[in-house]
Amino acid sequence: MSAEASQTGLTDQDNRNVRYHIRFSLWQRCLHAILISTFMCLALTGMPLRFSSASWAERFARAVGGFTAILFFHKFCAALLTLAFLGHLGDVFYRGVLKRQKGIFWGPNSLVPQLKDLKDLYGHIRWFLWLGPRPKFDRFAYWEKFDYWGVFWGMAIIGFSGYALWFAPFFAKFMPGSWLNIALLIHGEEALLAVWFIFAIHFFNTHLRSGSFPMDLVMFTGLETEKELRERRPEQYQRLLEEGKLQLSAVAPPRWLRIFGRTVGWMIILAGFILLWLTLTSFFRAGGT
Amino acid sequence: MYVDGAKQKASVHGSLDCTNCHTSITGYPHPEHPTAVNCGTCHSDEAKDLVESVHAKATAEPCLSCHGDPHAIVPVKDMQSPVFTLNIPQTCGSCHGNPELAKKFSLANVYSLYMDSIHGFALTKDGLLVAASCSSCHGTHKILSHTNPQSRTYRTNIPATCGSCHAGPEAQYFAGIHGQQLKAGNPQAPVCADCHTAHGIARVQGVSWQMKTSATCGNCHKENYATYLDTFHAQISALGYAETARCWNCHRFHDILPPSDPQSPVNQANLVVTCGQCHLDATRSFVSYHPHANSRDRKSDPSLYFAAQFMNLLLLSIFCFFGLHTILWFVRSAFAQRPDGGPEKGMSK
Repeated sequence: MSAEASQTGLTDQDNRNVRYHIRFSLWQRCLHAILISTFMCLALTGMPLRFSSASWAERFARAVGGFTAILFFHKFCAALLTLAFLGHLGDVFYRGVLKRQKGIFWGPNSLVPQLKDLKDLYGHIRWFLWLGPRPKFDRFAYWEKFDYWGVFWGMAIIGFSGYALWFAPFFAKFMPGSWLNIALLIHGEEALLAVWFIFAIHFFNTHLRSGSFPMDLVMFTGLETEKELRERRPEQYQRLLEEGKLQLSAVAPPRWLRIFGRTVGWMIILAGFILLWLTLTSFFRAGGT
Repeated sequence: MYVDGAKQKASVHGSLDCTNCHTSITGYPHPEHPTAVNCGTCHSDEAKDLVESVHAKATAEPCLSCHGDPHAIVPVKDMQSPVFTLNIPQTCGSCHGNPELAKKFSLANVYSLYMDSIHGFALTKDGLLVAASCSSCHGTHKILSHTNPQSRTYRTNIPATCGSCHAGPEAQYFAGIHGQQLKAGNPQAPVCADCHTAHGIARVQGVSWQMKTSATCGNCHKENYATYLDTFHAQISALGYAETARCWNCHRFHDILPPSDPQSPVNQANLVVTCGQCHLDATRSFVSYHPHANSRDRKSDPSLYFAAQFMNLLLLSIFCFFGLHTILWFVRSAFAQRPDGGPEKGMSK
């Protein structure tokens, strides 16, 4: 153990011998790529509708090609995101239920919230206030789980209400038309929640706070260094070491992928901040309604 | 003073002698200040009307302001006449197109509004004699202020004035709630000009005009307009999409009836047909959608109200919690990243 630790300590200091741990698989990164590109498109085409009386909304709609074009992009991305969502559900079902793979629905590798997450949250807040040590996070920290479930339920709720509005007369066969009023309200408000959460909270938590600044590329490359793993997720690192499952590779993420990730990432952060600013000012100018 | 005899002979007054009009001139040399010509000697009805009109005191020679050179007056039906139908806008515009005059009497610049209107186009561009000129609405000699109950442009007289050409809309208007309210003496009942404006009347088939109609109804129906603005219909309209429901798509326009009227398109019994104009597969269940739902009114839409309250609470609590969480984290991690390692290293042991 101690020999290994000192060995890894050496490797970290020596940049030529940095070793990498796989955090996200290619499939997960592809799903996330679809998620962020469709989410951006949905936000850019949806927020002008939510704030249709704002002048930027009308100008944006005109620039894109009018409401017809906006609606086309919105529906196209919605369908694509639905496929990605179903793909993810199918993957989880296949691995967790059909193949009975362990650790998907419970345990340190699972995204399901557990008691440790509450303890970590409590410990993290104590650390914020200089009242205690930094909690030792495992593979998915509590805010990462919140991100995941926020997106999960967001997609379910926004998706369902969106399809109800898209195929309104069809859905009205199973539910009263007055529910469409609620569907529109929830679709817009939940979308606002998602947009603000991603562009303000997620951006800061994951990329812009010191420690991650300017950008955490792990979702693009899938790889984090051994040092990053050890510092950010000490519990996972320790566990993998003890189980003898720590697989490290000397293959660095390709340069083009890092440049691509940075470029796309900055574009999204920039677009996100502009949209955040526009929606926030319009929201508070309208008195929060 | 020179008078072109030939022109005078060719004018409508060619058969008259000079002294028929210039009655104070009886010999030569003429008096230093001959008395003004009184057209009313012959044109007594017109003169009587003119005296009552707004133009009576407007100029020293009100007849000539419109009829032009007194020695060359031609019949009204003559295209050369300044008061020939096609020439009226320009004749009136020689005063009323003057921004100074408009300012002096605090009038709108009616001339330019009219010239850009559907009436102005039809008359001056297409040369249609049936198109409304100034005098079609305001009359000719007896032009009265719109505040005068005798005026053709007095509020309650407007439907009849417009109806002298637009007979169909007038009949529909009086069959509808607006016309009935006007008849019943409701001073707030809208008349034609309230929705169409007086001078700048636009072509109603034009998208640019249709886009503005909902806001026009909203001038009076403030609450219904506000709730309409919350709906998808209004949202896509605001983004410049024309093919969406505006007030009149559901409520009709001239013959608008209250929803309680069985003839109204928004009467419960007619909703499937009305909504079905756009939503081809509309059903009874579908039309229980509320196109004026008010998420701020607990009594009228309780489920929507509570859904809105829930969403507000959800947003508020999530952003309060994570806003604070992020700020604290931001500050703390900035300290932890200090070159000396900060207090973090000591504490994590």
